[in-house]
Amino acid sequence: MSTTESAVGELAEYVLIESKSPGRLAWERFRRDRVAVTASFVVLFFVGIALFAPLVCKALGINPLTLDRKALNDFGLPNGPFGAMSRKHLLGVEPGTGRDILARLIYGARISLLVGFVSTLLTTVIGVVLGIVAGYRRGKIDAIISRFTDLTLAFPSLLLIIALTRPFTQRLESLGVPEGNPARLTYIVLVLSLFGWVYVARIVRGQTLALREREFVEAARASGAGHWHMVFKELLPNIWAPIIVIVSLSLPGYVAVESTLSFLGVGLLPPDASWGVMLGDSVRYYRADPAYLFVPGVALIVLVLAFNVMGDGIRDALDPKSDRQQLG
Amino acid sequence: MSAKVDTPLFYSPLSYLRIALTTFIARRLLFALVLLAAVSLFTYLLFALLPTDPAALTCGKNCKPELIEANRVRLGYDKPIYEQYVQFVKGIFAGRTYGTGDVAFTCPAPSLGYSFNQHECVSTLIGKTFPVTAFLSLGAFILWMLLGVGTGTLAALHRGKWQDRLTSVVTSIGVSLPTFYVGLLVLFSVVIWLQWLPFPHYASPTDNLHDFLTAMILPWITLAVLSAASYTRITRNGVLEAMNEDFVRFGVAKGLKNRTVIRKYVLRAALIPIVTIAGLDFAALLGGAIVTESVFSLPGMGRLAIRSVTDSDLPVLVGTTLVAAVFIVMANTIVDIIYGILDPRVRLK
Repeated sequence: MSTTESAVGELAEYVLIESKSPGRLAWERFRRDRVAVTASFVVLFFVGIALFAPLVCKALGINPLTLDRKALNDFGLPNGPFGAMSRKHLLGVEPGTGRDILARLIYGARISLLVGFVSTLLTTVIGVVLGIVAGYRRGKIDAIISRFTDLTLAFPSLLLIIALTRPFTQRLESLGVPEGNPARLTYIVLVLSLFGWVYVARIVRGQTLALREREFVEAARASGAGHWHMVFKELLPNIWAPIIVIVSLSLPGYVAVESTLSFLGVGLLPPDASWGVMLGDSVRYYRADPAYLFVPGVALIVLVLAFNVMGDGIRDALDPKSDRQQLG
Repeated sequence: MSAKVDTPLFYSPLSYLRIALTTFIARRLLFALVLLAAVSLFTYLLFALLPTDPAALTCGKNCKPELIEANRVRLGYDKPIYEQYVQFVKGIFAGRTYGTGDVAFTCPAPSLGYSFNQHECVSTLIGKTFPVTAFLSLGAFILWMLLGVGTGTLAALHRGKWQDRLTSVVTSIGVSLPTFYVGLLVLFSVVIWLQWLPFPHYASPTDNLHDFLTAMILPWITLAVLSAASYTRITRNGVLEAMNEDFVRFGVAKGLKNRTVIRKYVLRAALIPIVTIAGLDFAALLGGAIVTESVFSLPGMGRLAIRSVTDSDLPVLVGTTLVAAVFIVMANTIVDIIYGILDPRVRLK
């Protein structure tokens, strides 16, 4: 066998190796991560239930608003062990009213997830736009945006959110937002976004500043690329990874914050309920009806945990250095 | 600036640095002051523009209009907003006297206003509640740093083994849980179901150390465990990253003991990002641990703030917001300055 032939053979082997895009490599890494895949299915399950809440409740034969007095005893407490869990009320009934907890949980998922999704969307869009503008244009614009971030960060946000609830929901109502819970939800989403975009903007700005100095960006600039090309073709594709991670980690954060706000009394008005409202309610009955304390809590833990695990999985998958097989 | 006549022929790198450092620190401090002025103005305006009438809240429901008007004048709410703000800032530095003659009363500097709901100067109220918050934050901080850095290092050193897996699961749960829920679960299980501890009843440590400790132990543990989760993660990543650095490999190659390398090189490098976040988290807690204090009924600044919201007690609300902001800005500035000392590149801007 001559040397050229074996060289051709080696070459042929090289050709057989498929070239894969970074996105596809990340997807394959993610698919191998069984824990993260399971977590994503849990997330999908919750989102599905929230989207099709009326259908799911109809199929189960339950309604979040029906008052079932028969399930309560003379003291207004669930009649039966574990919060009166039965075949009719799988997770028991609410003390005082006898409303089905499972149905309320399913409808509550709608509100909790809605707050989480919309707040995440708003903070991400505002944060990414301002972060990229600040990092890319630098100079005066960067200074203004950065000082604004510093100012926002200097406020104790939780306290302000609670303090401004009443006047600002009234303001929103006078501006034409439907009274009651729509106005309250709008307020929560707006104010969470107002304080939340800063964190996204900081990270994106830092990434953009670092990217700006890289050779391929300099090459694009030297060859006369316009602003749009620089932002959409050079910068954005390279900061997708951190953005996706921020999204997957901040969404459960907002769900948890909404529950904290409800606990502190800045929540929805009955009969609507988010998981946070249910948690806050259940606290009042902890001694007489401990089962009620666990149901919304466990649901919240599972959802938030699933989102976090999924987010970690995405981060590991997008980071080429984190390949577990390689480093072992 | 200085009266030095003889200029040196050349600056050594160190002296050049020193000049840059003092300007850097001066600039940061100045910026912190400007920021605080902006925060105070913004807070004052925001709350002053609210549709609540602070003067009407100074006496009960069956209050005569004349009394409300008299109180309005006495507290200075009859003046335009900008004048009120100037008075407020003046009060911080020089103290403030309300009214004249026999009914006059003074809040000494730093005066943050007077609460008619509680019939006390805001600064007195904050002075009373702040120690509780400070004890709470300090204890929790020490616990969570020990716990977070300890388990993080352990997980990194046993990467991929069961210790690492276990911490990963526990920290995932820890970062996902809302504080109020964990706090309530801890309170109910330890105090009500198991009855290992009496119901927390706060007392100052000099009055009754036993009551102080039984009231503090659960909030400390709750805050520490929840906060430690993210510190464990950061420490783990930092240690893993540091172990790949050349200076660590060099230490190992030089024949140093593993323990020495970890303590002297790895942890030192891994702890820098932790110092930043720890400073900010600690400052945020000092400004009032609203949730923890509510759950464990601790009479701290967070509870004071929440109570002022339900009572529409504007002066207290403005005061607590400002004090919290001061802590946040101070921590940010200190962290920035430490960074500037550790890493000269930060100062190049």
